[in-house]
Amino acid sequence: MTSPHLLWLLSGVAAILVLASALGEILRRRLSPRGDNPVIENLNARINAWWVMVFFLGLAFLVGKPGVVLLFALASFAALREFLTLTRYDRADHWSLLGCFFLVLPLQYYFVLTDWYGMYSVFIPVYAFLLLPVVSALHGSTRDFLVRVSETQWALMICVYCVSHVPALLYLQIPGFEGRNVILIAYLIFVVQLSDVMQYVWGKLVGRTRVAPTLSPSKTWEGLIGGALTASAVGTALWWMTPFSPLQAAGMCLLITLMGFFGGLVMSAIKRDRGIKDWGHLIAGHGGFLDRLDSVIFAAPIFFHVTRWLWSTT
Amino acid sequence: MKDLLRSVAARVTGQAISLFARFMTAPRAIWQGIEPIPVQRVYYANHSSNGDFVLLWTVLPAPLRRSTRPVAALEYWLTSPLRAFIGREVFNAVLIDRRPEARTEDPVAQMVAALDQGASLILFPEGKRNSSDEVLLPFKSGLYHLAKARPEVDLVPVWIANLNKVMPKGEVIPVPLICTLTFGAPLHLTQGEGKDAFLARAAQALRSLQPPVQP
Repeated sequence: MTSPHLLWLLSGVAAILVLASALGEILRRRLSPRGDNPVIENLNARINAWWVMVFFLGLAFLVGKPGVVLLFALASFAALREFLTLTRYDRADHWSLLGCFFLVLPLQYYFVLTDWYGMYSVFIPVYAFLLLPVVSALHGSTRDFLVRVSETQWALMICVYCVSHVPALLYLQIPGFEGRNVILIAYLIFVVQLSDVMQYVWGKLVGRTRVAPTLSPSKTWEGLIGGALTASAVGTALWWMTPFSPLQAAGMCLLITLMGFFGGLVMSAIKRDRGIKDWGHLIAGHGGFLDRLDSVIFAAPIFFHVTRWLWSTT
Repeated sequence: MKDLLRSVAARVTGQAISLFARFMTAPRAIWQGIEPIPVQRVYYANHSSNGDFVLLWTVLPAPLRRSTRPVAALEYWLTSPLRAFIGREVFNAVLIDRRPEARTEDPVAQMVAALDQGASLILFPEGKRNSSDEVLLPFKSGLYHLAKARPEVDLVPVWIANLNKVMPKGEVIPVPLICTLTFGAPLHLTQGEGKDAFLARAAQALRSLQPPVQP
């Protein structure tokens, strides 16, 4: 499933990471020689975690479709574990929660793997939506019932349904683009994550005006505009490896960076309400899987559907 | 040869159980009051699930794990060959009999003997799984007698959060949810402190480690 363009993109990312690691090391020597500057330490932890994430993504690309589907199924599992840890709990939901992890999640990815679009696009919004509350209802407890079933459904939509649209990109049939769909995934993730990183950088450098002061102190208009425009400019410059024209690529990049920003915003609102800073702790420096994936989660289904409507024949 | 095989099997089983626990709960240790260093300790924790000691054992760094033995109920762990294998050989548990009328050995003496051999212990002073609405059940006196017999050993409270949701009493299949284990500052018996005062203080130290978010 490797194409020369993918190798270009991965080499580019590796070059950026080499640069970032070198920069991180210089900053550490200058500002945190004894490892006591938390900002520098966090920056280096983040860069190291990026190496690991890029490694696994590259490995999955190498294995091909099953590898990519499996990687995102595992990411979904970790994300769902983080999300459901913070939702309202009742003993009566034990079996519907088991259903989420061990039935709904594997089935959703199985439908993606077998390219059953008609099923994976409605499985969670229709079948899981209607049947999981039945399982909870049969177990009797009515305390906060609507809250509980809504939170569970939300968890599934965010952590499983949306995430599964990333590997689903492999199955679009775009004339003249056959065998290169993996580029769509790499492109989506690269642009959205670059936007996240650049929003962080622009925000740290010139951020003044907060977008939503009650939600997040670190999201500023300067960061958003600078980050989205920088990432979109880079994404547009890479149009030649996508099915899009330069103008279309620019539009797509603006769309997914904006969705990515919304994702960060919405997920911050949930975290703020629950009184936590991070969703989890498994990705050193970043927090949990949901902290790293929030922007991709919001961008992926939109990117998938716009690409499907306008370019795909299926 | 057979002994070697059994000990290899015990190691592999231990690793497998630990890996499974990690997969299900992504356990996170918060070293609030102590550092994870090889000091002899009695870790005492709240008890809400059969997986409690597995999780505590799992988050300890490997060198500490090897010398840490859970204290477990003999009448539970010796009821089948598989349980006996897991209890005795995989986790090297100090098996105590909770039934005063049936026991042949004094539980406190057994625990003290294990400490004297250099082991650290994992202890659940509530004595049984807590499935009530209370935060903690009243502590049994074992912790006090242990503190009195070996006053120099650190007694470390460990709050295990969320595991009761992963596997509530009566369920067999666990739900994957993140668990946190908060290690508090060590306690010792103070001069002239009575049993009830000490147990109340120990329970309070444990209770105070509960994370603020408990949805």
